[in-house]
Amino acid sequence: MGGRDLFGYVGIEAVLDQMRRKTMKAGFEFNIMVVGQSGLGKSTLVNTLFKSKVSRKSCTPSYEEKISRTVHLKSVSHIIEEKGVKMRLTVIDTPGFGDQINNENCWDPIVKYINEQYEKYLTEELHITRKRRIPDTRVHCCVYFLPATGHRLRPIDVEFMKRLGKIVSIVPVIAKADTLTMDERLDFKQRIRQDLQASGIRVYPQKEYDEDVEDRIRNDKIRENIPFAVVGTDKEHQVNGNKVLGRKTKWGIIEVENVAHCEFANLRDLLVRSHLQDLKDVTHYIHYETYRVRRLNESNASVSGLSALPLENGITEKYEAQSQL
Amino acid sequence: MRSSGRQIRSLSLRVSGFHRAAQQRPVGRPVRLFMAVVEHSRFASQAPPRCSGSFFFFTVTVNLWRHRSRLPFFFISQTRQGDDKQYVGFATLPNQVHRKSVKKGFDFTLMVAGESGLGKSTLVNSLFLTDLYKDRKLLNAEERISQTVEITKHTVDIEEKGVKLKLTIVDTPGFGDAVNNNECWKPITDYIDQQFEQYFRDESGLNRKNILDNRVHCCLYFIPPFGHGLRPVDVEFMKALHERVNIIALIAKADCLTPNETKKLKDRVRDEIERFGIKVYQFPECDSDEDEEFKQMDKELKECTPFAVIGSNTVVEARGQRVRGRLYPWGIVEVENQSHCDFVKLRNMLIRSHMHDLKDVTCDVHYENYRAHCIQQMTSKLAQDNRMDSSIPILPLPTPDAETERLIKMKDEELKRMQEMLEKMQQQMHEKDQ
Repeated sequence: MGGRDLFGYVGIEAVLDQMRRKTMKAGFEFNIMVVGQSGLGKSTLVNTLFKSKVSRKSCTPSYEEKISRTVHLKSVSHIIEEKGVKMRLTVIDTPGFGDQINNENCWDPIVKYINEQYEKYLTEELHITRKRRIPDTRVHCCVYFLPATGHRLRPIDVEFMKRLGKIVSIVPVIAKADTLTMDERLDFKQRIRQDLQASGIRVYPQKEYDEDVEDRIRNDKIRENIPFAVVGTDKEHQVNGNKVLGRKTKWGIIEVENVAHCEFANLRDLLVRSHLQDLKDVTHYIHYETYRVRRLNESNASVSGLSALPLENGITEKYEAQSQL
Repeated sequence: MRSSGRQIRSLSLRVSGFHRAAQQRPVGRPVRLFMAVVEHSRFASQAPPRCSGSFFFFTVTVNLWRHRSRLPFFFISQTRQGDDKQYVGFATLPNQVHRKSVKKGFDFTLMVAGESGLGKSTLVNSLFLTDLYKDRKLLNAEERISQTVEITKHTVDIEEKGVKLKLTIVDTPGFGDAVNNNECWKPITDYIDQQFEQYFRDESGLNRKNILDNRVHCCLYFIPPFGHGLRPVDVEFMKALHERVNIIALIAKADCLTPNETKKLKDRVRDEIERFGIKVYQFPECDSDEDEEFKQMDKELKECTPFAVIGSNTVVEARGQRVRGRLYPWGIVEVENQSHCDFVKLRNMLIRSHMHDLKDVTCDVHYENYRAHCIQQMTSKLAQDNRMDSSIPILPLPTPDAETERLIKMKDEELKRMQEMLEKMQQQMHEKDQ
């Protein structure tokens, strides 16, 4: 009675290969925003994360260092490639944040920028004839740099993270952490976690978006360790015969990729190696959807498009739908 | 010699000893008696005197055994231009001053300012080897949102080798922590002015014996090492304070900087201080007769500002010794190691060499500026009121009346009595021990 062999190899898993090939051809996009006071090592960290000079450091001699009066956002895009996988990385920098004497509402330009990107995507989505791949300029991740004071969150940190935790995934990091001993670091992190919980700030990875047990276990481990204490550098030194990235001081060499010294490797794994796609998904399915629902409810939308662009404080402006290039 | 108008302008008798006659002196030993060294100058208005002085001295050699009388002998030293000087003895004056001041004790008021989390308390504890901040509670973020800048004072009495120091640390929690830091330095400038005003009032009062000097002698300002130099809040703060107090700028938490970065940051901060016209405390120039080593040290000190400091209260093992430092997985930072940070230089400068100079500059420059400004304001106010300018400035505050003066006197006497009782008790305890 032979013939119908139901338990054979169908070949469904070949779909994964097909998907891989397609995405590799298309490439990835990732938009990361770095926020923090000047001099906390934001550009150095981004360069170290992606092992290329994607961000211009403000301490290079040719850079005209001026503390700007308002926060402007500068975005720089690069295409980096590794093992055939192309990634279009956009780094959005926020010079001037928190540097003034009066820092009230210094987060407004940032909030406005993020909402504008969502708006762009939404308009494109609502087009009658829309592109196959909508260019994604939405901010997938916002890395917030905390100075290593060793005490607690400062009022400006709380205000910023409260507002932005609702619209984008925030990853707080302790910058220039080589000024804290291990004990101080643990205490500091614990106090920050307490403060975050007390203020109701949700940072990435958020508890509510864990899909299954496996995710939850993985993310719990991460949650116990945030904020990561990082040290960044682009200089290499010799340690035990190997060339390592590190900072050389009179009392020793701080190895950036050594887990015993600082948590840069953990941050890199989180952002690039394990959770990059998850960050994009959270942005797309959760933050963007929240924005979309809010917008569509707010506007008395006509068929052709949206009539108004809301800003954070409720002032509306006329907005013309444009075709994206 | 013509002696027109020769007058004895000045008669200077320098008496260095006074001996009774030597009845006991063995017979036959002559004793020389110098009398009456008179130095007088020619009182000639027209021509300058040919020699600025001429003197008489009588040398009388008395053969005592002949007279057998008790004569008091004045041994008087002679001076004469060109002659070698003999030892008078006022070279012991510095020792006398030293003894008196050791008895009285010193006081010093130090202010620390800067954002929270820059290691100010740790540094103060390290400098003076005390623990001034034992029971401090850190506010959480919500409490800090509504916090304003306060001024807190801690006083501690330190004694070392018999020298007493009353140290007052003025702390400024809340400075620069809020979102809106406009005029966050105002409470600090108000405090400094208040201390000046109080001293001014006391100085112009009637009972000046026990004036409490609360004026701020020095302000250590902590610059965060994270930035690229001075931030707007740093510049504004220092400009508001440089006319009122000696500012010493420090780079805090210097263990997050490599040697290159430290040098760059120091150069930048120095440039910006000069560019913005901030008058930080300048070390006094060396006298030209100091030795080369001292001058070299002084030059090094000046080139090292602003000092990059690290503080620590914990003792760690390093190279077989117990040192004060911070333990990291990648190494140990020693606070007192000159190649690691400038803590030792700061301590030497602040305590060992320039403490008195800081006090002097506060008294002579900052306080006098304040006083002149105050008096000017008062006199201009008087002129406006169409009153005569009095030679003694009329204070804007009422001078204490007789009643208060009496109370003050009573309190003084009480204090003296209590001090005597304390001394007696100490003596008794001492005798009991022996």
